[in-house]
Amino acid sequence: MAAPASALPLPAVRHTTPAGALARRALSLVVVHGILIAGAIFILLPFVWMLITSIKSPSEIFAVDFSLWPKHFSAVENYGRALSKVPLLRFALNGVIVCAGILLVQVLVAVPCAYALAKLRFPGRAALLALVLMGLCIPIQVPALPLYMGLAELGLLNTYFAIMMPFFLSVFAIFLFRQFFKSYPDEIIHAARLDGMSEFEIVWVIVVPSAWPAIAAFAVFSIVAHWNDLYWPLIVISDTNLATPPLGMMFFADAETGSNYGALTAAATVLTAPLVIAFLIARRRFIDGITMTGIK
Amino acid sequence: MTSAAAIPYVAQAPHPDRQRMIERVAGIGFAFPAFLLLLLTNVVPLLVLLYLSFTDFKLGALESHFLGLDNFRKALGDPVFRRSLANTFVYVAIVLPGAVGLGLLVAVLLHKRKRTRSFYEVIYFLPVTSTLIAMATVWQFILHPRLGPVNGVLRAMGFDAIPFLSEPAYVLPTLAAIGIWQLVGFNMVLFLAGLSAIPRDLYEAAEIDGCRSGIDRFVTITWPLLGPTTMFVIVTTSITAFKVFDTVAVMTRGGPMGSSEVLLYAIYLEGYQYFHMGYAAALTLIFLAFVLLFSILQTFVLERRVHY
Repeated sequence: MAAPASALPLPAVRHTTPAGALARRALSLVVVHGILIAGAIFILLPFVWMLITSIKSPSEIFAVDFSLWPKHFSAVENYGRALSKVPLLRFALNGVIVCAGILLVQVLVAVPCAYALAKLRFPGRAALLALVLMGLCIPIQVPALPLYMGLAELGLLNTYFAIMMPFFLSVFAIFLFRQFFKSYPDEIIHAARLDGMSEFEIVWVIVVPSAWPAIAAFAVFSIVAHWNDLYWPLIVISDTNLATPPLGMMFFADAETGSNYGALTAAATVLTAPLVIAFLIARRRFIDGITMTGIK
Repeated sequence: MTSAAAIPYVAQAPHPDRQRMIERVAGIGFAFPAFLLLLLTNVVPLLVLLYLSFTDFKLGALESHFLGLDNFRKALGDPVFRRSLANTFVYVAIVLPGAVGLGLLVAVLLHKRKRTRSFYEVIYFLPVTSTLIAMATVWQFILHPRLGPVNGVLRAMGFDAIPFLSEPAYVLPTLAAIGIWQLVGFNMVLFLAGLSAIPRDLYEAAEIDGCRSGIDRFVTITWPLLGPTTMFVIVTTSITAFKVFDTVAVMTRGGPMGSSEVLLYAIYLEGYQYFHMGYAAALTLIFLAFVLLFSILQTFVLERRVHY
């Protein structure tokens, strides 16, 4: 960054000496990284504290003179207790089932609809599009009450179906995919029609592979949202065996009444780990996905 | 379609009328599942919600009565509801400047980093992907008056311990700080996307024009050109903050003495704990009205973005 200034044929007038410029440059680097590191410490604090506490022995957790690094490791006891007291792995499995089920149906429903809205002329298209755009403004907490009553009426509370059902239709997915499909060249679709391909084949064989970035971005958005969602599962699930990770965490915190922090943080680690590890492995995909879905 | 028909050898190409027919049938067929689900999960529930809000329906009650606007009148006079609304706005008022300002600050500082950018990016983004409920439990421990490290440090420095979550005056700012903790990375990523859209030569031109210091460059170029992104981030942050629920449900349950009871938590209690469906429906509609207000602002902003 300093190079362009010094590479100028004429020395910059406002810089007194190269040494002064260098010192200023160093100072600004210190300030910038100072701020960024301070922020990073604030961000990382709960993660670090969670990991450390999850391997600490109870006597150290409750010691008044706290220390960062444990003297005695109780990782086995803490994780063992967390895993035996509540079905932690079951919660994680439930998270996987729910996220996968929701995402699968969302994509299967939204892709053809988005293609129709983007590329086909059919009666009711404008009205449907208006409905989709309106749906974008309605958070789950709004239809939740009638949906809950309906599911209760049908005896469907405490089922995977109840957790997934309100999210089968993602107006956001329709909106995002439609934006993507709109820019798909019409010539290719025409050519495919001339080759005798059905509209169904055109969608799934021709158009969808090109929309892979949008689908991946939506997948990240959907999985992050539903792995972490508390409000809806809290309403329809009271059976521990069906709890999603956040709900399971809540059940566990209630059962422990906040006394066993070693086991609590061990549980928190186990339930947070899958997404965080996935994020660390595919961090570009995550960040790009959230950017794309965030900007809409 | 017409040009295709003009080429002689593609005689088997569908006739334009037939093609139109195919499009109609395929279009309706493709849109139908989505339309049906949209009715089932959005439109019908919304109508039912509207109807419920005019009744005193309770789950399990044998009969219910039509009340007109009584539920809404009751809500306006209900001290619990008014407090939850006020608390929600206080929460938004803290989270909004904090999460937007810090997100912008981090993004601007990171934008020009080459080697360390992805390192910081990963750290700041971590809370976005982590399970808030689990992290809220950890925060609860971190802020524990006796056992938490924050108060441990305060005590070591000779200060009194701060009862972050048990003192009514501190509880909303504490929850808001956690809200900021969760949102900074998300906003940072949006700002970074906005920053990378600003043409580099503008900065070079400004430098030639005598805009040397970072602050000068920020005021003359970055801030005005980032305007649309900033407005967008403000709206999404407001909506997210307005929907605060998780941390309240886990860490305080609205306490102490209702000082952290927020709108969604009040709705949750009325609807799913006390089963006052009619009243909860009215509260939900008030909640929706605010969300729509933010959303209208957003469409207005996006409109401006297009014209920019």
